[in-house]
Amino acid sequence: MIASLFAQVDPSMLRGGDVTSGALNTGIVHVAGPSIDWLALLPLLILLVGGLLTLTFSSFLKTRAPKSLFTWTTVAIAVAAAISVVPMWARVQGWGSVLWWNLDQAHTGPFSTAGGAVGIDGFSLFITVVLCAGVVLAALLADGFLRRESMTGPEFYVLVLLSAVGGVIMAMSNDLIVLFIGLETLSIAVYVLAGMNLRRVQSQESGMKYFILGAFSSAFLLYGIAMLYGATGSTNFVDIRDFMSAVVPIHNGLLLVGLVLVLVGLAFKISAVPFHAWSPDVYDGAPTPATAWMASGVKAAAVAGLVRVFMLTFSNYSSTWKPIVYVLAILSMVVGAALAIVQSNVKRMLAYSSISHAGFILMAIQANSANGITAAAFYVAVYTFMVAGSFGVATIVGRKGDGNHQLSDYKGLVRSNPWLAGSFIVMLLAQAGVPFTAGFFAKFLAITAAADAHAVPLAIIAMVSAVISAFLYLRIIVAMFMSGGDDGTEDVVDRSNRLRVPFAAGLAIGICVVVTVGYGIFPDLLLQPARNATPAAVQYERPTDSLSLGAAGSSTGSTTAGR
Amino acid sequence: MGSNLSLAYLMLSAILFVIGGVGVLIRRNPLVMIMCVELMLNAVNLSFVTFGKMLDDISGQIIVFFVMVVAAAEVVVGLALIVAMARRRPGATADDLRTLRG
Repeated sequence: MIASLFAQVDPSMLRGGDVTSGALNTGIVHVAGPSIDWLALLPLLILLVGGLLTLTFSSFLKTRAPKSLFTWTTVAIAVAAAISVVPMWARVQGWGSVLWWNLDQAHTGPFSTAGGAVGIDGFSLFITVVLCAGVVLAALLADGFLRRESMTGPEFYVLVLLSAVGGVIMAMSNDLIVLFIGLETLSIAVYVLAGMNLRRVQSQESGMKYFILGAFSSAFLLYGIAMLYGATGSTNFVDIRDFMSAVVPIHNGLLLVGLVLVLVGLAFKISAVPFHAWSPDVYDGAPTPATAWMASGVKAAAVAGLVRVFMLTFSNYSSTWKPIVYVLAILSMVVGAALAIVQSNVKRMLAYSSISHAGFILMAIQANSANGITAAAFYVAVYTFMVAGSFGVATIVGRKGDGNHQLSDYKGLVRSNPWLAGSFIVMLLAQAGVPFTAGFFAKFLAITAAADAHAVPLAIIAMVSAVISAFLYLRIIVAMFMSGGDDGTEDVVDRSNRLRVPFAAGLAIGICVVVTVGYGIFPDLLLQPARNATPAAVQYERPTDSLSLGAAGSSTGSTTAGR
Repeated sequence: MGSNLSLAYLMLSAILFVIGGVGVLIRRNPLVMIMCVELMLNAVNLSFVTFGKMLDDISGQIIVFFVMVVAAAEVVVGLALIVAMARRRPGATADDLRTLRG
């Protein structure tokens, strides 16, 4: 029973867990802390410690930091975190060796650690890598942007790293409370990111709006968690799953309301209609690299949360939540695409199109099948690159002050910056789902998953809304081709109006284009990992060899938390 | 604790949650809005404790500490955002946040 106490504890707080259990005085309850597989938490720790160290050391710098120091530090931290996923991925997939490194592994397959608080499986590792990619892209985009806006300093990078920590916690969570803590870690950092540009009143406004609505929705999520806890007697995913399969509560009002409230909280984060009202305003007002992170990282983490709660924990209760997700998916796809068309601001257009993309991901989730999980994982990975690249172009076109985001500001971009415009065209076509781009396969997988799950009307609506949103992307492309001199009233845009593309931002956009097109031509490269990215609910097992210290106390330690 | 009493606590928590929720929606002062969000979170805390008691499970009470920490962190950021806004536009309410629309 007491061990269940520790099952809720954030792993980073338990460093001394096994040491305290050594106090074997009779009459005192011996508590053995949960064993923690530090290697499994390495991606999380690298991001966290990296972010905190960056912040600490930057305050020791006597003079101004060398140009782009923090950018490349952040990129290095994120890449290191992504690399540290590889041994765990090998263990989960049961590989014998990675490249030249021969792995001698006693245990293979997914497992859970830190007292059952986190689950390491294919899905969590996949999303972790996606989040690391999002961090790299956001940091590269921020480099030139922050210098242009005179906001140089480590804050932006540290906040992105810390919010990525929250995202990784969400992706790895095996407990509703861990999920909540991850979501808050992610969100609180992003509230600050949105309101960071103190010179722009719009940035403050977007930070404030995001904060109030985000905190409001978090309260709903938390109330839902409380109700699920009351209904099932645990917050642990594995225990809830066991409870659900043992009891099959058909008319349990508490459970139903709890599930709906959790869905509301997570749907807010992926900005599904009707919980989308914040996203165009916030995307528009936030500094553009922060918007890129919000659209890629935050959405990926929230999708991970949805998959873990609904497709993993409540998968055999799907008759209840499927219809709700079905309706959310339809509304998001159609409303997102339709409202995007009437916008004149490119950032708002992209915000509405990201609502539409959220609908496609929800469609994959409502399939509630292995194909659905593959489709959601693939979609999230591809979408991260497409949307980060798109907002990357918006970052550069925004010019000094980050205010030029009207459709007219893109006029003649094909003539003044052919490479930039070409990249943008690729990214927009990929978002529209044109073949030979990764966006096509993402949409294809999501629609196939829905059709396989006998949701044919949903699949048809998805295709129709894809056509509607194609119009929106073409509108931006056409704007870029207009030179402004055709009717003789405006100055002709030519090479002299060229926008300077900072090296790091160019690199980020280049990566996005290469990945989008590369996975469009060789989708198997991403499809194979996405197929292996299955979430798993594994009961936490206390390793027997770690019991040398408080053996008496820890024998009760297997986490059948609470029941 | 009798089940009637537990039910009463759950009802109280639901009522507090609704008061907080309505407060966020109708009050225009950002500071009061943050207070209402805090009220919602604390109403949920009451639910957690009650459920923990009903289930005879300690984790319901442990969770409350985590929620408190999260709520504190949230307030810190919220107040910072309000201060930044108040410096630029003294006396601004939520209704003044309307440069972004469309």
